Amino acid sequence: MSTAATEEQVEQVVVEALASFGAERDSISREATLESLDIDSLDLAELSQIVEEKFGIELKGSDVAEVKTVGDAISLILERAA
Amino acid sequence: MIADAHSDSVEPPRGQPARGAQGHPRGGVSEQGRNAASRDPAQGAWDPIVVTGVGAVSPLGVGARTLHERWCAGTSGIVDGEAPCSEFDPTQFLTVKEARRADRFTQLAIAACEEALSDAGWQHPSHGSGASSAAELPYDQRRVGCVLGTGIGGISTLVEGQDTLRERGPERVSPLSVPLMMSNAGAAALSLRHRLRGPTFAVSTACASGAHAIGCAMRMIQLGEADAVIAGGSEAGLTPLARAAFGALDALSKSGISRPFDARRDGFVMGEGAAVLVLERRSSAQARGARIIGVLLGYGASSDAHHLTAPRDDGVGQAEAMRAAMVDAGVQPEQVDYVNAHGTSTPLNDRSETLAIKAALGPHAAEVPVSSTKSAIGHLLGAAGAVEAVATLLALRDGVAPPTLGFEEAEQGLDLDYVPGSARPLRANGRPLIALSNSFGFGGHNAVLCLAAPAEKEGSQQEMDVPQQRKEASQ
Repeated sequence: MSTAATEEQVEQVVVEALASFGAERDSISREATLESLDIDSLDLAELSQIVEEKFGIELKGSDVAEVKTVGDAISLILERAA
Repeated sequence: MIADAHSDSVEPPRGQPARGAQGHPRGGVSEQGRNAASRDPAQGAWDPIVVTGVGAVSPLGVGARTLHERWCAGTSGIVDGEAPCSEFDPTQFLTVKEARRADRFTQLAIAACEEALSDAGWQHPSHGSGASSAAELPYDQRRVGCVLGTGIGGISTLVEGQDTLRERGPERVSPLSVPLMMSNAGAAALSLRHRLRGPTFAVSTACASGAHAIGCAMRMIQLGEADAVIAGGSEAGLTPLARAAFGALDALSKSGISRPFDARRDGFVMGEGAAVLVLERRSSAQARGARIIGVLLGYGASSDAHHLTAPRDDGVGQAEAMRAAMVDAGVQPEQVDYVNAHGTSTPLNDRSETLAIKAALGPHAAEVPVSSTKSAIGHLLGAAGAVEAVATLLALRDGVAPPTLGFEEAEQGLDLDYVPGSARPLRANGRPLIALSNSFGFGGHNAVLCLAAPAEKEGSQQEMDVPQQRKEASQ
């Protein structure tokens, strides 16, 4: 069951999640690459779980494999939540 | 020479000796006693495995020196029938990311390793900074291994995952569950943090894990599989599940008192902690001017093949491991100056271990001080052997027999010198002091290390370069 999510909500969830994974909050921007934030596949697996719980959408490993930046992640979630 | 620890090179490591160049690793029991593989192939000289760094986090505090000094001072780390590492603050050693990705048993191992590497001069002390930094390895990273013992592994993570599964469903179980709870998580974390690319794995033999890990690491160097190995043990089992489980076995002390070898002993007190040792060949350590903390003279292991949890009443299996360690070390029973006993404070262990010591050391058993670290810190399960090896090394170096705290009432047949009351000097005899450190695990696994103090000049090298953490710990 998908819940309508605003871009602002998705961004907030993503930023909070990345910060909780250990990324420097000040370094988190839409342009920042996940690599530069030291976000790896395990973090993305956790992020997928958080997104699923918050917005009711399922992201598979193959979905997030293409995600390079924070903006990519937000866009992907919005696309699926639509 | 500092090898490039960060190259992640795929070139074959330089200087790797051809397999077999050092002779047959064991060749059965060496007649000379000293392991044939310890001989330098070029010079034919004995080249023992030495300890150049030690680190510990224990219920007595953070730091190997703290463990040694507080135990010798008669301090106990046991509070309300358990022995937690209450002075340990993971944020002083781990980044947020590392802490999230590490069960407590791994966090303890990382902290102990940090101290050991600083002690060995492989790393600047980072205690208190919370910074994660890789060691500057004095060897090619592919020639440095890691063996870490744990009895249970990430039990807190396991329990948490089970609770989540039950309460919130399978889709909420964390993807970090497996990488945190797996028994090799500690070894993996040390390998990752310090870019160790030699053989890395966990050893799990219940309460003998730490000693088996150190023995295994010693063999890896002797076999030429590694130039140095970071070895030790770690455990963080203070959970309601472990309490209930050990309680159901009647293994835990109902009185909450750890008093090994005392007539009133009624079980062990569960503790947590970790210890890590840096092992290398003496020739290599000397070449880089390292301070040598002690020598790992020998290792012996055996199995009871008797019962899943109980030792043999006669201690025969334990005695065999002690003998094997002495033979491996080329040490005669009369040369053993101190025994760091497994001494769990359980009725069965302390009786069978006493018989084992008598069988292994013969008449000399009556002369040897025997004490149990568990009297001060409880039973650290898979970390016990490593923490006790560190405590033994520092005791030898300082020439002191730490006490068996709480030992007051003798039981018939348990008549060794258990060092009651307070620490006392070990008898000097004009050569480096020698000790056995016993570890026996459920499953009937016995592992014994034979340790020696460094030769006088070795131990004093770099004495001016005491790492900061040690200085703080000894204040």
